[in-house]
Amino acid sequence: MTVDGSLERLKREGRIVVVGASLAGLRAAETMREKGFTGSLTMIGDEPYEPYDRPPLSKQVLLGRAGPERTALPRRRDIEAAWRLGVPATGLDMAARRVRLADGDEVEYDRLLIATGVRARPWPQADEAALDGVFVLRTRDDAAALEQKLAAGPGRVLVIGAGFTGSEIASACRERGLPVTVAERGAAPLVGALGGVVGEVAAEMHREHGVDLRTGIMVTRLEGDATGRVRVAHLSDGTTLEADVVVVSLGAMRNTEWLAGSGLGAGPRGIACDAGCRAFDIRGIVTDDIYVAGDVARSPHALFGYQFLSLEHWGNAVAQAETAAHNMLSESADRRPHLWVPAFWSSQFGVNIKSVGVPSMGTEILIAQGSRDERRFTGVYGYQGRVIGAVTFDQSRWLQFYERLIEETAPFPPTFTTVDRRPEGNRPMPADFPDPSVPTHGPTITLSGYSPADRRMTFTPAHH
Amino acid sequence: MRLVVDLNRCQGYAQCAFLAPEVFAMHGEESLLYDPNPGTDGEADAELRENVTRAVAACPVRAILLELADGRAGDGPGGAS
Ligand SMILES: Cc1cc2nc3c(=O)[nH]c(=O)nc-3n(C[C@H](O)[C@H](O)[C@H](O)COP(=O)(O)OP(=O)(O)OC[C@H]3O[C@@H](n4cnc5c(N)ncnc54)[C@H](O)[C@@H]3O)c2cc1C
Ligand code: SF4
Repeated sequence: MTVDGSLERLKREGRIVVVGASLAGLRAAETMREKGFTGSLTMIGDEPYEPYDRPPLSKQVLLGRAGPERTALPRRRDIEAAWRLGVPATGLDMAARRVRLADGDEVEYDRLLIATGVRARPWPQADEAALDGVFVLRTRDDAAALEQKLAAGPGRVLVIGAGFTGSEIASACRERGLPVTVAERGAAPLVGALGGVVGEVAAEMHREHGVDLRTGIMVTRLEGDATGRVRVAHLSDGTTLEADVVVVSLGAMRNTEWLAGSGLGAGPRGIACDAGCRAFDIRGIVTDDIYVAGDVARSPHALFGYQFLSLEHWGNAVAQAETAAHNMLSESADRRPHLWVPAFWSSQFGVNIKSVGVPSMGTEILIAQGSRDERRFTGVYGYQGRVIGAVTFDQSRWLQFYERLIEETAPFPPTFTTVDRRPEGNRPMPADFPDPSVPTHGPTITLSGYSPADRRMTFTPAHH
Repeated sequence: MRLVVDLNRCQGYAQCAFLAPEVFAMHGEESLLYDPNPGTDGEADAELRENVTRAVAACPVRAILLELADGRAGDGPGGAS
């Protein structure tokens, strides 16, 4: 119990504002109500829709098995919120504890949760990005427009970038019988997230399913016809490719611009927060009343040397939202750290790909079970003599076991033998990740060092 | 109806696909595809509801979150503000 009763007052009649009305924002709001918060709750979201689920957009929706408008998230409970949808937040006044909205309104808070997520990185040339037939995929509207185009039976789809989303899009197109070319700058699909050893398997999956996969290639220019429809892509090897649909799948950008100048530790890499989800200001001082959760957050993780980790993972958004909500309504001694072991899934070309930990930190990989040729295997990643991550292709039932090894910082290579160990699993191989200084398409996990302030700072010693 | 499957937790046991094939289907050996908002809002499709409810209960890892609500009083956009 509090000494001065302020926490009770906050829970009874406080004002909580959530910016970003999607997965993390919704789950946090539900948790607050579950914890007995009876004050006012305002949900601010720039999309005009109530919270919906994104993973189906590149899977069920593109396969034509679920309408993009039928992806609304189930609620765990009523949250009795005031919804401000279709209105972006445009600014934050930390001293006055106020969020500014695009329509000129201002909303005051006692506690603020920022869950503004990420958006798709657009094609860099704005005039080319504006051509009819050029898409990104992040929102319901994106999925609706793309699905409509695919249903019309285009002559060829070009997917730029073979991260998870790009690969899932290519897979859905092939399942619909559409000709697809995938252009990837790296040596293989998924190479940024899972490394070259696994990327090679992904490349074979693309080709076996009839994808025209071009690796080590960049798209240099998109060209439209007289009516402004995309027609031709120019590639870095000097060739051209005709395509009437182009999906730009070059990863994500953090939605932090609205915080520029606010004094919060927010920038292109996300919003830095402590292990308890409290946001840092740009001086590296943790705030008491501003919390962060989901894709927009960068938070230090004990298992990974307290480096700031940004995760574009569904499960992280849920877990971090719950922790943030708990901590927003707790005394400091009752707060919990966000210690979620990263976990991710993807479904492409009929294969269930799952990972735990941070494979991209791995320098070595051991195929501990199964075989890559059979597209059914478990790869374990090692970093400095310990297990740091694991990936399964159609072997997800084993993943929990490897998750425990990561939590226990078990030695790598693993000292035990596993069932179904094949000759290729007898010794580790280099995991073959691309040079980390070369950005890849959608790694979904980003390690961003130790600095809470996401910008270059000059150190000015205080004068006394 | 609205539902979401925590696919980190799902282990592809396919019980749901067996009990409510209108909503859940395996795609390949292990991947689960499902209809996130099956049925028509406001209309009671008793059999579908029963099948989905049974699928939720049968999932050995309790990966399915289901909301049976048809419209939500005082909540959601267009509700109280
Ligand atoms: C196509 C696709 C497939 C995916 N597949 C998988 C998968 O298979 N597995 C997996 O683990 N993850 C997957 N993900 C990732 C997963 O969807 C995200 O991790 C999750 O949505 C993060 O939730 P969030 O609430 O943090 O952010 P978001 O869902 O990005 O929500 C942020 C919300 O805030 C809004 N917003 C932004 N700025 C403002 C502002 N200034 N004012 C008001 N509102 C604002 C945004 O418009 C958005 O609605 C996928 C994502 C996509 C797009
Ligand atoms: S029953 Fe549960 S574990 Fe099995 S496929 Fe369905 S959701 Fe996944």
